[in-house]
Amino acid sequence: MAKYAILIYEDPAFYTDASPEAWSAVLDAHNAFAKQVFELGGSIEGGAALAPTTTATTLKGGGTVTDGPFVETKEALGGFYIVEARDLDHAVEIATQCPAPGGGVEVRPVVDPTTNPF
Amino acid sequence: MLSATVRVAGDLDLAEECAQEAYVRALQAWARDGVPERPGAWLTTAARNQALDRLRREVTLRRKLPLLVEPATVDPPDPAELDRLDDAVPDDRLRLVFTCCHPALAPEARVALTLRLVCGVPTPDVARAFLVAEPTMAARITRAKKKISAARIPYRVPSRAELPERLDSVLTAVHLLYSTGHTAGEGDALVREDLCDRALHLARTLAALLPEQAETRGLLGLLLLTDARRATRTDEQGRLILLADQDRTRWDQRAVLEGLTVTAGALASGPPGRFTLQAAIAGVHAIAPSLQRTDWPRVVHLYDRLLMVCDTPVVALNRAAAVAFADGPAAALPLLDELATDPRLADYPYLPATRADLLRRLGDTAGAAQSYRRAIELTANAAERAFLERRLAEVDRAAGADPMPG
Repeated sequence: MAKYAILIYEDPAFYTDASPEAWSAVLDAHNAFAKQVFELGGSIEGGAALAPTTTATTLKGGGTVTDGPFVETKEALGGFYIVEARDLDHAVEIATQCPAPGGGVEVRPVVDPTTNPF
Repeated sequence: MLSATVRVAGDLDLAEECAQEAYVRALQAWARDGVPERPGAWLTTAARNQALDRLRREVTLRRKLPLLVEPATVDPPDPAELDRLDDAVPDDRLRLVFTCCHPALAPEARVALTLRLVCGVPTPDVARAFLVAEPTMAARITRAKKKISAARIPYRVPSRAELPERLDSVLTAVHLLYSTGHTAGEGDALVREDLCDRALHLARTLAALLPEQAETRGLLGLLLLTDARRATRTDEQGRLILLADQDRTRWDQRAVLEGLTVTAGALASGPPGRFTLQAAIAGVHAIAPSLQRTDWPRVVHLYDRLLMVCDTPVVALNRAAAVAFADGPAAALPLLDELATDPRLADYPYLPATRADLLRRLGDTAGAAQSYRRAIELTANAAERAFLERRLAEVDRAAGADPMPG
């Protein structure tokens, strides 16, 4: 098994415009996803939802501190899971179930310091 | 041999090293003891044992190292499992093809990796086939190999549910491989026969291993029917000969017959996909006694169906060329005008080349000359350029022979 990060990139506008019902539907979807991961033979090792990019503080080389996210894009990193999966295909199978109604997800292998060449 | 070793090594670079080491050992052992009865099996076993040794050494090393973090364990494969793998060599090769064509890899890297790892084409040749500098291609292949190992892209033939998406990518890669050989993007020769042969071999393997997937047979049919014309596409000087002027008696009749049979089988098994439809079009050409006596309405009909599953401007352009034969050049000109507004065809040499041909047939020599000049500007293949220059000279002569207007 290997660790993968499932990074959830969504348009923040999707949530600012969302009704309370839409909000709770997304929360339900995430709870369902957490169960599905185990049913699919993977496991969740961690993860969190992130506060909106308006709350972000960026520190660039030389210690310059600025407000806002590091990269200004329409879709922003809104949360992530760390899951265990057999291989990339298994991780993708899990990530397909991850709710991201306002955008999509990115799957990235988590570096294993004992074996990873990078 | 490489694919069998990859199964044990689990790493492409390690497998390539072990395969090379096996060749070195073979040279020494065979010089001493003579060539074994089954040299291929000897080499595969040697390469796999080499990979197993390396993995075992690595496991021992890890056990002895005082690591802060629990290391990932590498279980040496079960010998019984290895014997079973011996019987599954074609599947192993297919696994390698599907790994190289995984959708998580960049499309241009998929074909490059397939060429390098499945067909054994050296990196400089892969670079030439893709018109990029060798370091660029080497970097592209290294990046893809790293992603396969770092992201753990598995060595496997995808499950039935995943097959349509994955298979399409594999078939596209094999088709691109053939196209790259069929009309070399640059250089003096029109055809790179080695690439064509490798693509045909892969298409044959795919069709034999996944016959229930009609498109595998569609692709094989398309490549066979296209390849049957290979010898007649250029003259002794390597100059391009168009379909209209090819000596049809020199088409490889065995390849035509096999191509037609394979295509008919693919057509009979349900709604045809894009490769099967292209094969059907190639089939209509293959059985026509001449360009004029080709069943052009049937060709147009097949292009209509092809547009439904594969709506690209290149297919639309080919359809327009077929319309020019079915209904006359004047009927096709408005179709070309429409395509000329598509930015994707802005630098596509076959658009002005087709227009030039239509105008030439309509007697508009001045318009034809202008379009030939544009096509010559855009083409990068010497054989194609030489052909267009000959046609330009012809229409220029015809224009000069005309009485001056007014």
